Amino acid sequence: MKMKSTEMIEILDENFEMSLAELCQTCAIRAETIMSMVDEGLLEPRGPVPSQWRFTGPSLRRVERVLHLQQDLRVNLPGAVLAVELLEEIERLQERLRLLENRF
Amino acid sequence: MKYKDYYEIMGVKRDATQDEIKRAYRKLARKYHPDVSKEADAEARFKEVGEAYEVLKDPEKRAAYDQLGSRWQGGEDFTPPPGWDAGFEFSGGGFTDADAASFSDFFENLFGQRGTGRAGYGASHGGAHGFGGQQRGFHMKGEDHRAKVLIDLEDAYNGTERAISLRVPEVDASGHVITRDKTLNVKIPKGITSGKRIRLKGQGAPGMGDAPAGDLYLEVEFKPHPLYRVEGKDIYLDLPITPWEAALGSSVSVPTLGGTVEMKIPAGSQTGRKLRLKGKGLPGKPAGDQYLVLQIMTPKAETEAQKELYKRMAEEMPFNPRSRLGV
Repeated sequence: MKMKSTEMIEILDENFEMSLAELCQTCAIRAETIMSMVDEGLLEPRGPVPSQWRFTGPSLRRVERVLHLQQDLRVNLPGAVLAVELLEEIERLQERLRLLENRF
Repeated sequence: MKYKDYYEIMGVKRDATQDEIKRAYRKLARKYHPDVSKEADAEARFKEVGEAYEVLKDPEKRAAYDQLGSRWQGGEDFTPPPGWDAGFEFSGGGFTDADAASFSDFFENLFGQRGTGRAGYGASHGGAHGFGGQQRGFHMKGEDHRAKVLIDLEDAYNGTERAISLRVPEVDASGHVITRDKTLNVKIPKGITSGKRIRLKGQGAPGMGDAPAGDLYLEVEFKPHPLYRVEGKDIYLDLPITPWEAALGSSVSVPTLGGTVEMKIPAGSQTGRKLRLKGKGLPGKPAGDQYLVLQIMTPKAETEAQKELYKRMAEEMPFNPRSRLGV
């Protein structure tokens, strides 16, 4: 079966925005869980109050990662947030390393 | 059905204590966790280790598994002997909260299949967090699917279309799960950068009951390019120039993703100098830039006349490039 997908494509980059409800629905978790991740500094939504919060595309990946780590490795929330921040830092460094190694 | 050597998978001896098994599992879970590990087969290994632990951590299941004997080799064809599980209480399924649906045929044949489980790594969170216990298994958003898409830098510049082949499990009219092949033509928009994720809503596994289908996530990655390096939306190119182009300044032709452009090299340029071609990187709002990193190449002195030229330069232009080194 073949089908076109042009209409429903979404690029989950920094320009992509979703509400608290959308993020909850996508990750199938409660709003309280997201709020605790905001309190922990993992997510930095735009907007003053939860009803107006807007999360960017990369937030989704962060939430997923934290949930995976919490469930699979029994890490608590602050630990999982720390791990995700370190993983992202490693990815940035690896990207830079790759750039420099391809230099000449 | 292939025999699975759970002890070998966990890297423990057959007489390992429960504590040793637990420690081995925790270590392997960290090592192969798909969100942490960089190994290509991390997800498969992680599932395999999870399955092995599911059996070995439970003294009942472990004892039943041990009863099969140690003469089997991992991967060997295997049929459980009749009555092998007599005296154990677990036949018929319903064990733990682990994501049993992704376990192997071997596991299912020995320990049964969990009716309401959902397939796949990462899908179990919905059940674990989002839904009340009563609802579990009846209305559940379908599993999300993930795939990596390798594209050329030129495709990111121009936009491209990719056919993505998926195997989708579906429940037919009689309630059986069948696998259907589906091809999606996905339009990859221009200006996409490496590492970005694309979501196709509703293109994952179908939901259960009234719940919506899961989504398909595509992760875009660039193939290495022979000329350009990419950082975000910016493109880097090492531009070789002659010593006289660098010293006197000149205009040279430079390749960009959008075609050749003329570029002015300022007089007195040195190797490593970065020149910017504004807006010539990957498209977007704002578009990226292309950077040219100058590299001065020295022509070989082969003929007598050429050597003479270099000697005259040495006489006419006394110059110590190592003055900063104090020598």
